[in-house]
Amino acid sequence: MISIESLHFAYPQHGFKLQIPAFSVPPGQKLAVIGPSGSGKTTLLNLIAGIYTPDSGTIEVADTGVHELDDAARRDFRITRIGFIFQDFELLDYLTVLDNILHPYRITGALQLTPEVRQRARELAKQMGLGDKLQRGAGKLSQGEKQRAAICRALLPQPALILADEATGNLDPENKTHILDLLFAAVDQRRATLLAVTHDHELLPRFDRVVDFREFRAAGSA
Amino acid sequence: MIDSFYIAWKYLVFNKTRTAILVACITLIAVLPLALEIVLDESEHQLVERAEITPLLIGARGSALDLVMNSLYFTDEVPELIAVAAADEVMDTELAAAVPLYVRFHARGFPIVGTTLDYFDFRQLELRAGHPFASLGDCVIGASLAQQLDLKPGDSLVSSPETVFDLAGVYPLKMKITGVLAPTHSADDLAVLVDIKTAWVIEGLVHGHEDVTRTTDSSAIMERTERNVTANAKLMQYREITAASPDSFHVHGDAAAYPLTAVIVLPHNDKSGTLLRGRYLGENSAYQIVPPAEVIDSLMTNIFRIRHVLDAVILLVGLATALALMLVFALSLRLRQREIDTISRIGCSRSTIARLLLLQSLCSLS
Repeated sequence: MISIESLHFAYPQHGFKLQIPAFSVPPGQKLAVIGPSGSGKTTLLNLIAGIYTPDSGTIEVADTGVHELDDAARRDFRITRIGFIFQDFELLDYLTVLDNILHPYRITGALQLTPEVRQRARELAKQMGLGDKLQRGAGKLSQGEKQRAAICRALLPQPALILADEATGNLDPENKTHILDLLFAAVDQRRATLLAVTHDHELLPRFDRVVDFREFRAAGSA
Repeated sequence: MIDSFYIAWKYLVFNKTRTAILVACITLIAVLPLALEIVLDESEHQLVERAEITPLLIGARGSALDLVMNSLYFTDEVPELIAVAAADEVMDTELAAAVPLYVRFHARGFPIVGTTLDYFDFRQLELRAGHPFASLGDCVIGASLAQQLDLKPGDSLVSSPETVFDLAGVYPLKMKITGVLAPTHSADDLAVLVDIKTAWVIEGLVHGHEDVTRTTDSSAIMERTERNVTANAKLMQYREITAASPDSFHVHGDAAAYPLTAVIVLPHNDKSGTLLRGRYLGENSAYQIVPPAEVIDSLMTNIFRIRHVLDAVILLVGLATALALMLVFALSLRLRQREIDTISRIGCSRSTIARLLLLQSLCSLS
Protein backbone atom coordinates (compact mmCIF):
# COMPACT_ATOMS: atom_id res chain seq x y z
CA MET A 1 0.00 0.00 0.00
CA ILE A 2 2.74 2.43 1.01
CA SER A 3 6.24 2.34 -0.38
CA ILE A 4 8.85 4.94 0.48
CA GLU A 5 12.40 4.99 -0.80
CA SER A 6 15.35 7.31 -0.21
CA LEU A 7 13.10 9.99 1.21
CA HIS A 8 14.67 13.34 2.11
CA PHE A 9 12.68 16.22 3.51
CA ALA A 10 13.78 19.34 5.34
CA TYR A 11 11.77 22.25 6.67
CA PRO A 12 13.17 25.41 5.11
CA GLN A 13 12.44 27.48 8.24
CA HIS A 14 14.34 25.32 10.71
CA GLY A 15 16.99 22.69 10.62
CA PHE A 16 14.80 19.61 11.01
CA LYS A 17 15.44 16.95 8.40
CA LEU A 18 13.66 13.67 7.82
CA GLN A 19 15.45 10.88 6.00
CA ILE A 20 13.86 7.51 5.40
CA PRO A 21 15.95 5.09 3.31
CA ALA A 22 13.14 2.58 2.90
CA PHE A 23 9.74 2.06 4.43
CA SER A 24 6.72 0.10 3.31
CA VAL A 25 3.30 -0.91 4.59
CA PRO A 26 1.40 -3.76 2.97
CA PRO A 27 -2.31 -3.35 2.19
CA GLY A 28 -4.69 -3.99 5.08
CA GLN A 29 -2.03 -3.63 7.73
CA LYS A 30 -2.67 -1.71 10.91
CA LEU A 31 0.58 0.03 11.69
CA ALA A 32 1.45 2.12 14.72
CA VAL A 33 4.24 4.68 14.50
CA ILE A 34 5.83 5.67 17.77
CA GLY A 35 8.68 7.91 18.68
CA PRO A 36 9.56 10.98 20.71
CA SER A 37 7.96 14.34 20.01
CA GLY A 38 9.63 16.18 17.17
CA SER A 39 10.96 13.00 15.59
CA GLY A 40 9.00 13.57 12.36
CA LYS A 41 6.00 11.26 12.78
CA THR A 42 3.44 13.87 11.74
CA THR A 43 5.77 15.03 8.98
CA LEU A 44 5.75 11.49 7.62
CA LEU A 45 1.94 11.46 7.58
CA ASN A 46 1.91 14.82 5.78
CA LEU A 47 4.38 13.54 3.20
CA ILE A 48 2.36 10.37 2.57
CA ALA A 49 -0.82 12.46 2.25
CA GLY A 50 0.86 14.82 -0.22
CA ILE A 51 0.53 17.84 2.06
CA TYR A 52 4.31 18.21 1.90
CA THR A 53 6.44 17.27 -1.08
CA PRO A 54 9.75 15.51 -0.48
CA ASP A 55 13.02 17.16 -1.46
CA SER A 56 14.03 13.84 -2.98
CA GLY A 57 13.02 10.19 -2.96
CA THR A 58 9.77 8.48 -3.84
CA ILE A 59 6.47 7.94 -2.07
CA GLU A 60 4.01 5.55 -3.60
CA VAL A 61 0.54 4.95 -2.20
CA ALA A 62 -1.50 2.25 -3.91
CA ASP A 63 0.53 2.53 -7.10
CA THR A 64 0.26 6.31 -7.17
CA GLY A 65 3.54 8.21 -7.09
CA VAL A 66 2.51 10.94 -4.68
CA HIS A 67 5.85 12.71 -5.15
CA GLU A 68 5.12 13.10 -8.88
CA LEU A 69 1.71 14.73 -8.52
CA ASP A 70 1.11 18.43 -8.96
CA ASP A 71 -0.75 20.49 -6.34
CA ALA A 72 -4.27 19.92 -7.67
CA ALA A 73 -3.69 16.21 -8.23
CA ARG A 74 -2.26 15.80 -4.73
CA ARG A 75 -5.35 17.47 -3.25
CA ASP A 76 -7.67 15.23 -5.27
CA PHE A 77 -5.62 12.21 -4.29
CA ARG A 78 -5.76 13.18 -0.63
CA ILE A 79 -9.46 13.82 -0.46
CA THR A 80 -10.46 10.72 -2.43
CA ARG A 81 -7.90 8.13 -1.35
CA ILE A 82 -6.85 9.11 2.16
CA GLY A 83 -8.84 9.49 5.33
CA PHE A 84 -7.24 11.85 7.84
CA ILE A 85 -8.03 11.66 11.55
CA PHE A 86 -6.64 14.41 13.76
CA GLN A 87 -5.83 14.52 17.47
CA ASP A 88 -8.11 17.53 18.02
CA PHE A 89 -10.89 16.13 15.81
CA GLU A 90 -11.01 19.41 13.85
CA LEU A 91 -14.76 19.41 13.42
CA LEU A 92 -16.48 22.64 12.44
CA ASP A 93 -18.66 23.81 15.31
CA TYR A 94 -21.01 25.71 13.02
CA LEU A 95 -21.99 22.54 11.17
CA THR A 96 -24.12 19.65 12.39
CA VAL A 97 -22.63 16.20 12.84
CA LEU A 98 -24.05 15.10 9.48
CA ASP A 99 -22.72 18.20 7.71
CA ASN A 100 -19.30 17.62 9.25
CA ILE A 101 -19.28 14.03 8.01
CA LEU A 102 -20.30 15.22 4.54
CA HIS A 103 -17.92 18.18 4.61
CA PRO A 104 -15.22 16.70 2.30
CA TYR A 105 -17.91 16.30 -0.36
CA ARG A 106 -18.84 19.97 -0.13
CA ILE A 107 -15.35 21.38 -0.54
CA THR A 108 -14.12 19.57 -3.63
CA GLY A 109 -15.33 18.68 -7.06
CA ALA A 110 -13.48 15.35 -6.86
CA LEU A 111 -16.24 13.86 -4.70
CA GLN A 112 -19.91 13.88 -5.69
CA LEU A 113 -22.46 14.33 -2.93
CA THR A 114 -25.23 11.97 -3.99
CA PRO A 115 -28.24 10.61 -2.08
CA GLU A 116 -26.34 7.34 -1.85
CA VAL A 117 -23.45 9.12 -0.10
CA ARG A 118 -25.87 10.78 2.32
CA GLN A 119 -27.40 7.40 3.09
CA ARG A 120 -23.95 5.91 3.62
CA ALA A 121 -23.08 8.79 5.97
CA ARG A 122 -26.16 8.06 8.05
CA GLU A 123 -25.37 4.36 8.24
CA LEU A 124 -21.75 5.06 9.16
CA ALA A 125 -22.85 7.47 11.89
CA LYS A 126 -25.29 4.89 13.19
CA GLN A 127 -22.54 2.30 13.21
CA MET A 128 -20.38 4.72 15.24
CA GLY A 129 -23.21 5.35 17.71
CA LEU A 130 -24.08 8.80 16.41
CA GLY A 131 -27.32 7.87 14.68
CA ASP A 132 -29.42 10.04 16.98
CA LYS A 133 -27.02 12.97 16.96
CA LEU A 134 -26.79 13.72 13.25
CA GLN A 135 -28.56 17.06 13.47
CA ARG A 136 -26.76 18.16 16.62
CA GLY A 137 -24.16 20.91 16.40
CA ALA A 138 -20.63 19.54 16.49
CA GLY A 139 -19.77 21.90 19.34
CA LYS A 140 -22.30 20.17 21.57
CA LEU A 141 -20.72 16.72 21.34
CA SER A 142 -18.55 15.06 23.97
CA GLN A 143 -14.87 14.44 23.17
CA GLY A 144 -15.52 10.79 22.33
CA GLU A 145 -18.46 11.68 20.10
CA LYS A 146 -16.37 14.30 18.33
CA GLN A 147 -13.68 11.77 17.49
CA ARG A 148 -16.30 9.29 16.29
CA ALA A 149 -17.73 12.00 13.99
CA ALA A 150 -14.19 12.75 12.77
CA ILE A 151 -13.65 9.05 12.02
CA CYS A 152 -16.92 9.00 10.07
CA ARG A 153 -15.72 12.01 8.07
CA ALA A 154 -12.43 10.23 7.28
CA LEU A 155 -14.09 6.95 6.32
CA LEU A 156 -17.01 8.24 4.25
CA PRO A 157 -15.09 8.61 0.95
CA GLN A 158 -14.06 4.94 1.42
CA PRO A 159 -10.31 5.63 1.41
CA ALA A 160 -7.81 2.85 0.94
CA LEU A 161 -5.50 4.44 3.49
CA ILE A 162 -6.33 5.98 6.85
CA LEU A 163 -3.82 8.24 8.54
CA ALA A 164 -4.49 8.86 12.21
CA ASP A 165 -2.42 11.51 13.95
CA GLU A 166 -2.67 10.89 17.70
CA ALA A 167 -6.33 10.04 17.13
CA THR A 168 -6.84 8.95 20.75
CA GLY A 169 -4.53 11.50 22.32
CA ASN A 170 -7.31 13.67 23.71
CA LEU A 171 -9.57 10.90 24.96
CA ASP A 172 -10.02 9.34 28.37
CA PRO A 173 -8.96 5.66 28.72
CA GLU A 174 -12.49 4.27 28.33
CA ASN A 175 -13.20 6.32 25.21
CA LYS A 176 -9.72 5.54 23.88
CA THR A 177 -10.42 1.80 23.81
CA HIS A 178 -13.92 2.27 22.45
CA ILE A 179 -12.80 4.59 19.65
CA LEU A 180 -9.98 2.28 18.70
CA ASP A 181 -12.43 -0.66 18.62
CA LEU A 182 -14.68 1.27 16.29
CA LEU A 183 -11.79 2.44 14.12
CA PHE A 184 -10.30 -1.05 13.81
CA ALA A 185 -13.72 -2.54 13.00
CA ALA A 186 -14.30 0.06 10.31
CA VAL A 187 -10.83 -0.44 8.86
CA ASP A 188 -11.26 -4.23 8.82
CA GLN A 189 -14.68 -3.96 7.24
CA ARG A 190 -13.31 -1.77 4.45
CA ARG A 191 -10.04 -3.70 4.17
CA ALA A 192 -8.25 -0.40 4.46
CA THR A 193 -4.71 0.24 5.64
CA LEU A 194 -4.20 2.13 8.88
CA LEU A 195 -1.13 4.14 9.77
CA ALA A 196 -1.52 5.60 13.21
CA VAL A 197 0.89 7.87 15.03
CA THR A 198 0.59 7.38 18.76
CA HIS A 199 2.32 8.00 22.05
CA ASP A 200 0.16 5.51 23.86
CA HIS A 201 2.17 2.34 24.36
CA GLU A 202 -0.80 0.54 25.93
CA LEU A 203 -2.49 0.46 22.54
CA LEU A 204 0.47 -0.96 20.64
CA PRO A 205 -0.35 -4.67 21.14
CA ARG A 206 -3.53 -4.16 19.18
CA PHE A 207 -1.68 -3.11 16.02
CA ASP A 208 -0.32 -5.56 13.45
CA ARG A 209 3.03 -3.81 13.45
CA VAL A 210 4.80 -1.06 15.35
CA VAL A 211 7.52 1.17 13.90
CA ASP A 212 9.71 3.16 16.22
CA PHE A 213 10.74 6.37 14.52
CA ARG A 214 14.07 6.31 16.25
CA GLU A 215 15.04 3.69 13.64
CA PHE A 216 14.89 6.35 10.96
CA ARG A 217 16.67 8.88 13.13
CA ALA A 218 19.44 6.33 13.61
CA ALA A 219 19.54 5.59 9.93
CA GLY A 220 19.35 9.23 8.86
CA SER A 221 20.98 12.36 10.08
CA ALA A 222 18.15 14.39 11.50
CA MET B 1 -20.70 26.66 -5.75
CA ILE B 2 -24.02 25.83 -4.10
CA ASP B 3 -22.18 23.84 -1.44
CA SER B 4 -19.94 26.83 -0.77
CA PHE B 5 -23.06 28.94 -0.28
CA TYR B 6 -24.44 26.27 2.04
CA ILE B 7 -21.32 26.23 4.22
CA ALA B 8 -21.10 30.05 4.19
CA TRP B 9 -24.75 30.30 5.17
CA LYS B 10 -24.34 27.77 7.99
CA TYR B 11 -21.38 29.74 9.31
CA LEU B 12 -23.36 32.99 9.29
CA VAL B 13 -26.40 31.39 10.93
CA PHE B 14 -24.21 29.83 13.63
CA ASN B 15 -22.65 33.24 14.32
CA LYS B 16 -25.96 35.04 13.97
CA THR B 17 -25.42 37.65 16.67
CA ARG B 18 -22.02 38.62 15.30
CA THR B 19 -23.38 38.57 11.77
CA ALA B 20 -26.41 40.65 12.75
CA ILE B 21 -24.22 43.30 14.39
CA LEU B 22 -21.94 43.34 11.36
CA VAL B 23 -24.87 43.56 8.95
CA ALA B 24 -26.48 46.30 11.04
CA CYS B 25 -23.25 48.34 11.02
CA ILE B 26 -22.77 47.92 7.30
CA THR B 27 -26.42 48.65 6.55
CA LEU B 28 -26.40 51.74 8.71
CA ILE B 29 -23.30 53.12 7.07
CA ALA B 30 -24.57 52.29 3.59
CA VAL B 31 -28.14 53.43 4.10
CA LEU B 32 -27.52 56.54 6.19
CA PRO B 33 -26.05 58.72 3.44
CA LEU B 34 -28.60 57.39 0.98
CA ALA B 35 -31.54 58.07 3.31
CA LEU B 36 -30.15 61.49 4.12
CA GLU B 37 -29.80 62.23 0.43
CA ILE B 38 -33.38 61.16 -0.27
CA VAL B 39 -34.84 63.09 2.67
CA LEU B 40 -32.88 66.24 1.80
CA ASP B 41 -33.80 65.99 -1.87
CA GLU B 42 -37.47 65.51 -1.05
CA SER B 43 -37.45 68.38 1.47
CA GLU B 44 -35.64 70.60 -1.01
CA HIS B 45 -38.09 69.68 -3.74
CA GLN B 46 -41.11 70.44 -1.56
CA LEU B 47 -39.64 73.68 -0.21
CA VAL B 48 -38.55 74.98 -3.59
CA GLU B 49 -41.65 73.91 -5.48
CA ARG B 50 -44.06 75.66 -3.11
CA ALA B 51 -41.88 78.74 -2.95
CA GLU B 52 -41.57 78.99 -6.71
CA ILE B 53 -45.32 78.97 -7.28
CA THR B 54 -45.88 81.66 -4.68
CA PRO B 55 -44.92 84.91 -6.46
CA LEU B 56 -44.78 87.41 -3.59
CA LEU B 57 -45.56 87.66 0.08
CA ILE B 58 -46.29 90.75 2.10
CA GLY B 59 -45.70 90.71 5.81
CA ALA B 60 -44.43 92.78 8.66
CA ARG B 61 -40.81 93.87 8.53
CA GLY B 62 -38.56 91.40 10.26
CA SER B 63 -37.37 87.94 9.39
CA ALA B 64 -38.24 87.16 5.78
CA LEU B 65 -37.55 83.48 6.50
CA ASP B 66 -40.06 83.37 9.38
CA LEU B 67 -42.61 85.06 7.15
CA VAL B 68 -42.11 82.58 4.30
CA MET B 69 -41.95 79.52 6.55
CA ASN B 70 -45.13 80.52 8.39
CA SER B 71 -47.04 81.48 5.27
CA LEU B 72 -46.00 78.62 3.02
CA TYR B 73 -45.27 75.79 5.41
CA PHE B 74 -47.38 76.90 8.41
CA THR B 75 -44.54 76.71 10.91
CA ASP B 76 -45.20 77.68 14.52
CA GLU B 77 -42.99 80.77 14.45
CA VAL B 78 -45.59 83.53 13.97
CA PRO B 79 -44.24 86.69 12.30
CA GLU B 80 -45.23 90.17 13.45
CA LEU B 81 -48.84 90.76 12.54
CA ILE B 82 -50.06 93.13 9.85
CA ALA B 83 -53.50 94.59 9.32
CA VAL B 84 -56.12 93.62 6.78
CA ALA B 85 -55.48 97.04 5.31
CA ALA B 86 -52.27 95.65 3.82
CA ALA B 87 -54.31 93.30 1.64
CA ASP B 88 -56.70 96.12 0.75
CA GLU B 89 -53.74 98.27 -0.32
CA VAL B 90 -52.58 95.61 -2.74
CA MET B 91 -56.05 95.26 -4.19
CA ASP B 92 -56.31 99.02 -4.55
CA THR B 93 -53.21 99.12 -6.75
CA GLU B 94 -54.99 96.85 -9.24
CA LEU B 95 -51.61 95.33 -9.96
CA ALA B 96 -52.27 92.06 -8.19
CA ALA B 97 -54.75 89.93 -6.37
CA ALA B 98 -54.29 89.44 -2.64
CA VAL B 99 -54.95 86.34 -0.59
CA PRO B 100 -54.91 87.03 3.16
CA LEU B 101 -53.39 84.55 5.57
CA TYR B 102 -53.74 84.27 9.30
CA VAL B 103 -51.68 81.32 10.48
CA ARG B 104 -51.50 81.48 14.23
CA PHE B 105 -53.80 78.97 15.88
CA HIS B 106 -53.86 75.21 16.09
CA ALA B 107 -56.36 72.41 16.39
CA ARG B 108 -55.03 69.23 18.01
CA GLY B 109 -51.54 70.30 17.03
CA PHE B 110 -52.33 71.04 13.38
CA PRO B 111 -52.13 74.60 12.05
CA ILE B 112 -55.32 76.53 11.42
CA VAL B 113 -54.94 78.58 8.26
CA GLY B 114 -57.33 81.50 8.08
CA THR B 115 -57.73 82.57 4.47
CA THR B 116 -60.31 83.01 1.72
CA LEU B 117 -61.60 80.71 -0.99
CA ASP B 118 -59.10 82.37 -3.36
CA TYR B 119 -56.46 80.31 -1.59
CA PHE B 120 -58.06 77.13 -2.96
CA ASP B 121 -57.89 78.47 -6.50
CA PHE B 122 -54.33 79.72 -6.09
CA ARG B 123 -53.06 76.44 -4.67
CA GLN B 124 -55.30 74.46 -7.02
CA LEU B 125 -56.66 72.54 -4.08
CA GLU B 126 -59.21 69.87 -4.85
CA LEU B 127 -61.63 68.34 -2.43
CA ARG B 128 -61.65 64.61 -1.97
CA ALA B 129 -64.90 64.82 -0.04
CA GLY B 130 -67.41 67.45 1.04
CA HIS B 131 -67.39 71.10 0.03
CA PRO B 132 -65.35 74.21 0.84
CA PHE B 133 -66.10 76.25 3.94
CA ALA B 134 -69.18 78.39 3.46
CA SER B 135 -70.03 79.77 6.88
CA LEU B 136 -68.34 80.90 10.03
CA GLY B 137 -67.05 77.90 11.94
CA ASP B 138 -66.66 75.71 8.86
CA CYS B 139 -63.30 74.16 8.07
CA VAL B 140 -61.67 72.07 5.37
CA ILE B 141 -58.93 69.69 6.47
CA GLY B 142 -55.91 68.29 4.67
CA ALA B 143 -55.77 64.67 3.50
CA SER B 144 -53.05 63.53 5.89
CA LEU B 145 -54.69 65.23 8.83
CA ALA B 146 -58.00 63.53 8.01
CA GLN B 147 -56.22 60.19 7.86
CA GLN B 148 -54.26 60.72 11.07
CA LEU B 149 -57.25 61.88 13.11
CA ASP B 150 -59.76 59.72 11.24
CA LEU B 151 -61.98 62.68 10.44
CA LYS B 152 -64.48 63.20 7.63
CA PRO B 153 -67.00 65.84 6.56
CA GLY B 154 -69.65 66.23 9.20
CA ASP B 155 -67.22 65.63 12.07
CA SER B 156 -66.03 68.48 14.21
CA LEU B 157 -62.64 69.76 15.27
CA VAL B 158 -61.95 71.98 18.26
CA SER B 159 -59.31 74.69 18.13
CA SER B 160 -56.69 74.57 20.87
CA PRO B 161 -56.65 77.32 23.50
CA GLU B 162 -53.46 79.36 23.29
CA THR B 163 -52.78 79.04 27.00
CA VAL B 164 -54.68 76.73 29.29
CA PHE B 165 -54.73 79.04 32.33
CA ASP B 166 -55.50 82.34 30.57
CA LEU B 167 -59.20 82.77 31.29
CA ALA B 168 -59.35 85.96 29.26
CA GLY B 169 -57.49 84.42 26.32
CA VAL B 170 -58.50 82.49 23.27
CA TYR B 171 -61.25 79.99 23.93
CA PRO B 172 -61.59 76.83 21.90
CA LEU B 173 -63.98 76.95 18.98
CA LYS B 174 -65.77 73.86 17.82
CA MET B 175 -65.48 73.85 14.03
CA LYS B 176 -67.53 71.81 11.60
CA ILE B 177 -65.58 69.91 8.96
CA THR B 178 -67.21 70.54 5.60
CA GLY B 179 -64.56 69.06 3.33
CA VAL B 180 -61.37 67.00 3.07
CA LEU B 181 -58.70 67.96 0.56
CA ALA B 182 -57.24 65.56 -1.94
CA PRO B 183 -53.57 64.84 -1.14
CA THR B 184 -51.23 67.60 -2.30
CA HIS B 185 -47.91 66.38 -0.81
CA SER B 186 -47.48 69.82 0.68
CA ALA B 187 -48.12 71.61 3.97
CA ASP B 188 -51.80 71.83 3.03
CA ASP B 189 -52.11 68.10 3.74
CA LEU B 190 -51.74 68.80 7.46
CA ALA B 191 -53.64 72.08 7.62
CA VAL B 192 -57.06 73.13 8.85
CA LEU B 193 -58.29 75.70 6.35
CA VAL B 194 -60.90 78.14 7.64
CA ASP B 195 -62.35 81.40 6.51
CA ILE B 196 -60.29 84.33 7.77
CA LYS B 197 -63.25 85.44 9.89
CA THR B 198 -63.38 82.05 11.58
CA ALA B 199 -59.74 82.59 12.55
CA TRP B 200 -60.76 85.90 14.06
CA VAL B 201 -63.59 84.13 15.89
CA ILE B 202 -60.98 81.85 17.43
CA GLU B 203 -59.07 84.93 18.53
CA GLY B 204 -62.23 86.46 19.95
CA LEU B 205 -62.28 89.46 17.64
CA VAL B 206 -65.42 88.22 16.00
CA HIS B 207 -67.61 86.75 18.65
CA GLY B 208 -71.11 85.69 19.54
CA HIS B 209 -72.91 85.73 22.85
CA GLU B 210 -76.42 85.64 24.21
CA ASP B 211 -78.55 88.70 23.56
CA VAL B 212 -77.82 91.15 26.39
CA THR B 213 -81.26 92.64 26.04
CA ARG B 214 -82.87 89.28 26.60
CA THR B 215 -80.67 87.66 29.20
CA THR B 216 -82.47 86.61 32.32
CA ASP B 217 -79.33 86.52 34.44
CA SER B 218 -79.27 89.96 36.00
CA SER B 219 -75.84 89.34 37.54
CA ALA B 220 -74.34 89.36 33.99
CA ILE B 221 -75.53 92.95 33.45
CA MET B 222 -73.28 95.68 34.80
CA GLU B 223 -75.29 98.65 33.59
CA ARG B 224 -78.50 99.07 31.69
CA THR B 225 -79.68 102.38 30.23
CA GLU B 226 -82.29 103.13 27.65
CA ARG B 227 -79.73 103.16 24.82
CA ASN B 228 -77.01 100.92 26.12
CA VAL B 229 -76.49 97.69 28.02
CA THR B 230 -73.12 96.82 29.51
CA ALA B 231 -72.52 93.19 30.36
CA ASN B 232 -69.68 91.52 32.23
CA ALA B 233 -67.73 88.33 31.44
CA LYS B 234 -70.50 86.24 32.92
CA LEU B 235 -72.52 86.75 29.77
CA MET B 236 -72.55 83.43 27.94
CA GLN B 237 -70.14 83.34 24.97
CA TYR B 238 -70.86 80.97 22.09
CA ARG B 239 -68.06 78.52 21.47
CA GLU B 240 -69.77 76.85 18.56
CA ILE B 241 -71.39 78.43 15.56
CA THR B 242 -74.64 76.61 14.98
CA ALA B 243 -77.48 77.22 12.56
CA ALA B 244 -79.22 79.18 15.30
CA SER B 245 -76.28 81.34 16.30
CA PRO B 246 -74.49 82.81 13.23
CA ASP B 247 -76.43 86.05 13.36
CA SER B 248 -75.26 86.66 16.89
CA PHE B 249 -71.59 86.70 15.74
CA HIS B 250 -70.44 90.17 15.08
CA VAL B 251 -67.36 92.35 14.70
CA HIS B 252 -66.23 94.93 17.18
CA GLY B 253 -64.06 97.80 15.99
CA ASP B 254 -62.54 98.55 12.56
CA ALA B 255 -62.35 95.39 10.41
CA ALA B 256 -59.52 96.90 8.34
CA ALA B 257 -57.34 96.81 11.42
CA TYR B 258 -57.92 93.10 12.01
CA PRO B 259 -54.76 91.02 12.04
CA LEU B 260 -53.12 88.92 9.35
CA THR B 261 -49.82 87.13 9.38
CA ALA B 262 -49.21 87.65 5.67
CA VAL B 263 -50.74 88.42 2.31
CA ILE B 264 -50.04 86.26 -0.70
CA VAL B 265 -49.65 88.65 -3.61
CA LEU B 266 -50.51 87.39 -7.08
CA PRO B 267 -49.36 90.01 -9.60
CA HIS B 268 -51.22 90.06 -12.89
CA ASN B 269 -47.90 89.98 -14.75
CA ASP B 270 -44.16 90.41 -14.24
CA LYS B 271 -44.32 94.16 -14.66
CA SER B 272 -47.02 94.43 -11.99
CA GLY B 273 -44.87 92.34 -9.70
CA THR B 274 -41.85 94.58 -10.24
CA LEU B 275 -43.93 97.71 -9.67
CA LEU B 276 -45.36 96.28 -6.48
CA ARG B 277 -41.96 95.33 -5.16
CA GLY B 278 -40.81 98.88 -5.81
CA ARG B 279 -43.59 100.27 -3.66
CA TYR B 280 -42.45 98.38 -0.61
CA LEU B 281 -38.75 99.01 -1.00
CA GLY B 282 -38.70 102.19 1.05
CA GLU B 283 -37.51 101.89 4.62
CA ASN B 284 -40.53 103.83 5.77
CA SER B 285 -42.87 101.11 4.66
CA ALA B 286 -44.30 99.14 7.56
CA TYR B 287 -44.38 96.04 5.38
CA GLN B 288 -41.89 93.99 3.48
CA ILE B 289 -42.57 92.25 0.22
CA VAL B 290 -40.55 89.14 -0.47
CA PRO B 291 -40.36 86.65 -3.30
CA PRO B 292 -40.44 83.30 -1.39
CA ALA B 293 -38.28 81.60 -4.05
CA GLU B 294 -35.38 83.94 -3.26
CA VAL B 295 -35.73 83.38 0.49
CA ILE B 296 -35.85 79.61 0.09
CA ASP B 297 -32.97 79.74 -2.36
CA SER B 298 -30.88 81.51 0.25
CA LEU B 299 -31.94 78.92 2.84
CA MET B 300 -31.02 76.08 0.49
CA THR B 301 -27.58 77.59 -0.08
CA ASN B 302 -26.96 77.38 3.64
CA ILE B 303 -28.39 73.87 3.80
CA PHE B 304 -26.09 72.83 0.95
CA ARG B 305 -23.10 74.10 2.90
CA ILE B 306 -24.16 72.03 5.89
CA ARG B 307 -24.87 69.13 3.56
CA HIS B 308 -21.34 69.23 2.18
CA VAL B 309 -19.95 69.10 5.72
CA LEU B 310 -22.34 66.27 6.53
CA ASP B 311 -21.31 64.39 3.39
CA ALA B 312 -17.66 64.73 4.39
CA VAL B 313 -18.43 63.49 7.90
CA ILE B 314 -20.37 60.51 6.53
CA LEU B 315 -17.53 59.74 4.12
CA LEU B 316 -15.05 59.74 7.00
CA VAL B 317 -17.30 57.57 9.14
CA GLY B 318 -17.78 55.24 6.17
CA LEU B 319 -14.04 55.05 5.66
CA ALA B 320 -13.46 54.35 9.35
CA THR B 321 -16.15 51.66 9.25
CA ALA B 322 -14.60 50.10 6.16
CA LEU B 323 -11.24 49.96 7.92
CA ALA B 324 -12.88 48.51 11.03
CA LEU B 325 -14.61 45.89 8.89
CA MET B 326 -11.33 44.99 7.22
CA LEU B 327 -9.83 44.58 10.66
CA VAL B 328 -12.77 42.42 11.74
CA PHE B 329 -12.35 40.20 8.69
CA ALA B 330 -8.59 40.00 9.21
CA LEU B 331 -9.06 39.02 12.86
CA SER B 332 -11.74 36.56 11.87
CA LEU B 333 -9.31 34.99 9.39
CA ARG B 334 -6.71 34.68 12.12
CA LEU B 335 -9.22 33.10 14.48
CA ARG B 336 -10.23 30.64 11.78
CA GLN B 337 -6.71 29.78 10.74
CA ARG B 338 -6.98 26.35 12.32
CA GLU B 339 -10.20 25.62 10.46
CA ILE B 340 -8.55 26.76 7.24
CA ASP B 341 -5.55 24.52 7.91
CA THR B 342 -7.83 21.56 8.62
CA ILE B 343 -9.87 21.78 5.43
CA SER B 344 -6.66 22.40 3.54
CA ARG B 345 -5.19 19.16 5.01
CA ILE B 346 -8.36 17.26 4.12
CA GLY B 347 -7.87 18.31 0.51
CA CYS B 348 -9.66 21.62 -0.03
CA SER B 349 -7.98 23.88 -2.59
CA ARG B 350 -6.85 27.40 -1.74
CA SER B 351 -9.29 28.79 -4.29
CA THR B 352 -12.22 26.96 -2.64
CA ILE B 353 -11.13 28.23 0.79
CA ALA B 354 -10.90 31.77 -0.59
CA ARG B 355 -14.33 31.37 -2.20
CA LEU B 356 -15.83 30.16 1.08
CA LEU B 357 -14.43 33.09 3.03
CA LEU B 358 -15.43 35.53 0.31
CA LEU B 359 -18.97 34.18 0.23
CA GLN B 360 -19.26 34.49 3.99
CA SER B 361 -18.07 38.09 3.78
CA LEU B 362 -20.39 38.87 0.86
CA CYS B 363 -23.35 37.25 2.61
CA SER B 364 -22.64 39.54 5.58
CA LEU B 365 -22.37 42.55 3.30
CA SER B 366 -25.40 41.79 1.15
